[in-house]
Amino acid sequence: MMTLTDDQRMLQDSVAPFMAEEGAIRTQLRHWRDIGCKDGFGHGLWKQFAELGLTGVLIPEAQGGAGLGQVEAGIVLEEIGRNLTPSPFLTTSVTAVRALEGSAQAERWFPGILSGDTVAALAIDEGGHHDPSSISLEAKRSGNGFALSGTKQFVVQGASADVILVAARTGGSAGETDGLTLFAVGREANGLRMENVALADSSKAARLAFDNVEVDADAVIGDVDGGWAPLSRALNAGRAGAAFELVGVAAGASEMTFEYLKQRKQFGRLIGEYQALQHRAAHLYGEIEIARAAALKAAQLLDAGDPRAELITSVAKAKAAKTATLAVQEGVQMHGGIGMTDEHDIGLYMKREAVLSELFGGPRFHANRVAGLSGY
Amino acid sequence: MADLEIFRAETRAWLEANCPAEMRTPMRSEKDACWGGRHFEFQSPAQKQWLDVMASRGWTVPDWPKEYGGGGLAAAEAKILKEEMTALGCRSPLTSFGISMLGPALLKYGSEEQKKKYLTEIARGEIRWCQGYSEPGAGSDLAGLQTKAEDKGDHYLVNGQKVWTSYADQADWIFCLVRTSGESKHGGISFLLFDMESPGVSTKPILLISGNSPFCETFFDDVKVPKDQLVGEENKGWDVAKYLLGHEREMISGMGLGGEKQALGATVGEVDPLLRAEIAAFDVDALAFAAMSERFIDQLKAGEAHPAMPSMMKYAGTELNKRRHELIMAAGGSDTLEWDSEGSKGGKAARDWLRTKANSIEGGTSEIQLGIVAKHILRLPGA
Repeated sequence: MMTLTDDQRMLQDSVAPFMAEEGAIRTQLRHWRDIGCKDGFGHGLWKQFAELGLTGVLIPEAQGGAGLGQVEAGIVLEEIGRNLTPSPFLTTSVTAVRALEGSAQAERWFPGILSGDTVAALAIDEGGHHDPSSISLEAKRSGNGFALSGTKQFVVQGASADVILVAARTGGSAGETDGLTLFAVGREANGLRMENVALADSSKAARLAFDNVEVDADAVIGDVDGGWAPLSRALNAGRAGAAFELVGVAAGASEMTFEYLKQRKQFGRLIGEYQALQHRAAHLYGEIEIARAAALKAAQLLDAGDPRAELITSVAKAKAAKTATLAVQEGVQMHGGIGMTDEHDIGLYMKREAVLSELFGGPRFHANRVAGLSGY
Repeated sequence: MADLEIFRAETRAWLEANCPAEMRTPMRSEKDACWGGRHFEFQSPAQKQWLDVMASRGWTVPDWPKEYGGGGLAAAEAKILKEEMTALGCRSPLTSFGISMLGPALLKYGSEEQKKKYLTEIARGEIRWCQGYSEPGAGSDLAGLQTKAEDKGDHYLVNGQKVWTSYADQADWIFCLVRTSGESKHGGISFLLFDMESPGVSTKPILLISGNSPFCETFFDDVKVPKDQLVGEENKGWDVAKYLLGHEREMISGMGLGGEKQALGATVGEVDPLLRAEIAAFDVDALAFAAMSERFIDQLKAGEAHPAMPSMMKYAGTELNKRRHELIMAAGGSDTLEWDSEGSKGGKAARDWLRTKANSIEGGTSEIQLGIVAKHILRLPGA
């Protein structure tokens, strides 16, 4: 059933006011941006996430977590998106937890994630476009372990992370999914150079340069040459999660815009009385409903272990990105001049949307993937 | 949960035992749909057998109450039946406006006698219904309709004209909006049911740009309609009409799903990279719409859907279907422009493409739907 269960509704009813109050734009996003915070988010809020049990939403109950699924993570992420709340939730509690689950590394990192002390990052992209199968950062056998050489970029919260999950090539060649290995690399590793970059939305993503960075054999997550499995788990979770966050961004931007249509007067009338704007607003409303349904479907299929999950996750990521793009573009346009000012929040939605759309693959990457998975 | 899994297993076994093999092949054209009715010519014995066996179980209308010919299934059970029918490739045993439009309105507004009589006939596929809504002067402004029904004591005398009456020339009965009072626009409309064989009813098919004639003009010249064929109260037909329109829009939104199980890109053969990209973008939208469609039905059954949601669905589904057929035409090139060749199956691609242009007009235009969403969901001023 594609309606929320009572438990899921209760989660939504508690997370929505929490995020609106504690994760508000003025006290979180603008605050950390304006003081030039190196993390781009507040550790105090991250601790509050932990106290509410949100950081371990996907961690199994046996390991101290809530043992919930992608739908519940999605409910949290929609509210994060709606309030533009900066936090390590998507990377740490969703992608990293999925990458680590079932591995020896999980026991090392899950307690810190649960308590809100640990931030984890995922290092995949090596160019301006997401293309995980073409990873070429090299991991050579060296002594008891491996030596990593190469570069990574768009490593969200990389400079704040205690552990970075690095996708590297131990075999095969670029374009192949075999021969990849996922490593857990500590932030203090010798030979790792890090540039902490602020993105357009004031979130932080690092550029990493690995120059013969030595890691032990036990840094491997899963199997050597078999990194595609944990990486895919992490990416599917991240893509479905980002789809929900994008739906939240779209919903937040559109609600702000629809409200403006009911307040702003020109030519002696509320601008929301003009059919030219009414029809665009109604179209946008429908697109957001559809994107939310796609995200929910993807999350349900992932939770059920259904083989269609891969396809629908790409559908959800592509649809949510396109919809959120429409929402922020219409949002700024319908606000007119005030929408171009830094003082107004609508522009912050536009910037966040751009980053989230690109994260884990943009809408064209995912449309292409939908075509490939559909056999054309 | 376990009960539902038992129901699923039993349903699958029953369908496997009772659905004729021929009814588990894809429909080749609209002609393979079973519409039922007095004059319906079954395409094969299997088609009739499938209708009879499903009707006897109440599964032509699985979620209607048993006393009116339905299956009495709960929403979750009806969903499972639908899923199992899809999985086994079973055709719909009965396609009818009685099921998708009139039935839900009668369940809500009909008298006990009306429900017993009409719903049972609909469930068994005995009577084929058509819809008398639009008039030459009342299209988007439907409530401006002028077909008049005068009170003659024991009956109404109906005079006027309807247009875009789908399959009126093949229908047995009509559900019809008529004006019983001129004092108020919306408050002077009544909802009547009558036999298309009544003296004074005539129909004339309208030739469309597709070369086909699914719609008719329908004329009423002193048609006598017994008073017990009024649904709901006199002059309160607009409520019934709007409720029925919600179901019509829900039905039409299903066009957004297309008939195929596969993605569009997997069905059109080799195309150039630019078109492939457009088709991939379409498939993203189509698969997302399919998720929305499933969610919408679940929300409807759970009573969680906003009453104006069918308008959003109708708009999205029909615009999607028009785009699907534009892409099919682009993928086929000049092959799809052939109108009468054997290879083109009598111009199927072109005729289907042209037919879809009505999707965003019939049942209320896209612009009307957007206006309804703006007013009732977004609550924009003056909408």
